[in-house]
Amino acid sequence: MTDATELRTRVAGLLAAHPPSSTAEEDFLRARFDAGLAWVHYPPGLGGLDAPRALQSVVDADLAAAGAPDNDPRRIGIGLGMAAPTILRYGTREQRERFLRPLWVGEEVWCQLFSEPGAGSDLAALATRAVREESSGDWIVDGQKVWTSGAHLARWAILIARTDPALPKHRGITYFLCDMTDPGVEVRPLRQLTGEAEFNEVFLTGVRIPDAHRLGGVGEGWQVARTTLMNERVSIGGARLPREGGMIGAVARVWRERPELRTHALRQRLLTLWVEAEVARLTAERVGQQLAAGQPGPEGSGLKLSFARLNQEISGLEVELLADEGLLYSDWTMRRPERVDITGRDAGYRYLRAKGNSIEGGTSEVLLNIVAERVLGLPPEPRDDKDVAWKDLAR
Amino acid sequence: MSTPPDLLYSEPEDDLRAAVRALLADRADLPAALARAESGDPYDPALWTSLTAGIGAAGLLVPESLGGQGASHREAAVVLEELGRAVTAAPYLTSSVLATSALLACDTDDPDVAGLLTALAQGRGVAVLAVPFGTAPDAPLPVGAATVRGVADAVRADVLLVPRQDGLYAVETASPAVTVEPLTPLDLTRPLAAVTVDPGAGLRIAAAPEAERAVRAGLLAGAGLLASEQLGIAEWCLEESVRHTKERYQFNRPVGSFQALKHRMAQLWLEVVSARAAARAAADALATGDPGAPLAVALAQAYCGPVAVHAAEECVQLHAGIGMTWEHPAHLALKRAKSAATALGSTGRHQEALAALVDLPAPG
Repeated sequence: MTDATELRTRVAGLLAAHPPSSTAEEDFLRARFDAGLAWVHYPPGLGGLDAPRALQSVVDADLAAAGAPDNDPRRIGIGLGMAAPTILRYGTREQRERFLRPLWVGEEVWCQLFSEPGAGSDLAALATRAVREESSGDWIVDGQKVWTSGAHLARWAILIARTDPALPKHRGITYFLCDMTDPGVEVRPLRQLTGEAEFNEVFLTGVRIPDAHRLGGVGEGWQVARTTLMNERVSIGGARLPREGGMIGAVARVWRERPELRTHALRQRLLTLWVEAEVARLTAERVGQQLAAGQPGPEGSGLKLSFARLNQEISGLEVELLADEGLLYSDWTMRRPERVDITGRDAGYRYLRAKGNSIEGGTSEVLLNIVAERVLGLPPEPRDDKDVAWKDLAR
Repeated sequence: MSTPPDLLYSEPEDDLRAAVRALLADRADLPAALARAESGDPYDPALWTSLTAGIGAAGLLVPESLGGQGASHREAAVVLEELGRAVTAAPYLTSSVLATSALLACDTDDPDVAGLLTALAQGRGVAVLAVPFGTAPDAPLPVGAATVRGVADAVRADVLLVPRQDGLYAVETASPAVTVEPLTPLDLTRPLAAVTVDPGAGLRIAAAPEAERAVRAGLLAGAGLLASEQLGIAEWCLEESVRHTKERYQFNRPVGSFQALKHRMAQLWLEVVSARAAARAAADALATGDPGAPLAVALAQAYCGPVAVHAAEECVQLHAGIGMTWEHPAHLALKRAKSAATALGSTGRHQEALAALVDLPAPG
């Protein structure tokens, strides 16, 4: 078992062999990966040491204190948070060795080709087809994906496609690693109601994927995708923040600095939201303490639901509180931001962007179903789509 | 930034919970409890003996040198979660938390104070603060009032702690100087009474400035740990609602399979999970003597009171006709939750206390 002391010794060794001040950034990150200090809970040889995940913070703190570069995790969040755990769990040895290192170092950015215009909450109904070419054994993919962040920056994509339309929808799906430089991949920005385009539509026309880039068995893609999706929900809403660290901080500052804007009705809403935001923060803190103590519970699955509603109500209150200024908007110019800070920019932007919080990564309605059925054990709604061939479903 | 509070349950706390839950499961005979409640004497003396002499729950806040367990508010909060779950009638919050915390804030070297604390810790006596149960930690105290209305568990008390202009007095309820007149409470499991004490009766246990601090310390601890009782109520209401809607068939399916209902229960689950974080934060702040305790208590009260009420109201509605009957215990939880949301300061009062602490001033 690797403990904190041993990890700190390894960090010191890495820093001595590759002083950050005189080492190129990517070289340092590659050396860190090879030293098993990238994600310590990963296996040796794949950037880790099979150490407890909670010890990562020890490594990160020592490296930050030494002024070492990091891999800019927000730029490569989809790779780190979704592609990597799925490749680790289902990948062949060749796939793990080929993909995880450049993914973690940030040399290869990943995106996620899951949602489709006709498959949102009902993701398993997806229609993008992957057909096996007899002569080569390659897969030929045709279809359309949507809500793909970073598709225009990505080198690789995790992709799910239908390989057998005659099977019920969950059973005819296969999971692939798709080369975004294939000539059949066309990426178009998808402008959203904030004016900018964080996301893309991706059109796939005769995209060729070698069978070696299939992740998991043919027809097992839904099971593989569940690993990806579970990791997605963990990574949304799980941050531990200081008091007033989220959107409530912005509106509380306006309240304190601008007495002329105060009204009794707004204050009542502010106090209620302040209480709820602080309790949500403590709830996230408690979830973090549970994880650190090795007692993960179902509580984490509720965090995204709480933060979505609070972000929406708090930013809505802020627009009203700002009165005449709330009537303005910073900038409607169509842009493709590389990073998104939903607490950044002005109140109007926060209000509009927060509308997505109850949709992205699972709508709040679907998440409430998941809590009700998986946590509380309530019975599912009767369904008539589970045992019908996908090709016979209404769409 | 200060270190974050410890929001988890320790192993000894889990063991304590298991012991209290087992005791309450053995003793919780709901028809009998209902009949007792209606009679105006809802307390089960054998249960109190087991809880105090058996488990030692009454002495959790009291140091071992004074005959207590030398534990803390964290453990007492766990006991209150369980008492809330079972809507138990017992003078735990009022005597083992409120009165005990007030006495601990007096001079514990004084033999009268020490003797009283030891008696309370060992379950040999019950004491309550002679203030209305709605009194918030920062509210005016009824010093100088001839009669104080709405004193919780006074009918069960052996000793009243009476705040007066010149200090805090301990008065035995058996004394002819005391009249305890039962009132009809909304929550039948926590009896209220109008208490009249002859001026000057009793033994002074604290002088004036110290007395007010002591009473407010008691009220603060009580309000903070009431949040754990509210958490317990909400948790029970959710569990009963889930159980009932899984078993209840209408339209040829369990009613709990309808999204319209399951979303409401999922929402309650979110609130219970959040209430747990808020209640643990308050208990931990009280236990560690954190100067931020008034903030943590006001936050927990502002949040957990409405959560318990919401859970109890949903419990009645999700049980529908059955939930409306006298026979089903949902109404006991509803009455406890609604009363508790007013007890020791209303939700709005705690919001105002919080607003002052975090600088969110009113208009004008």
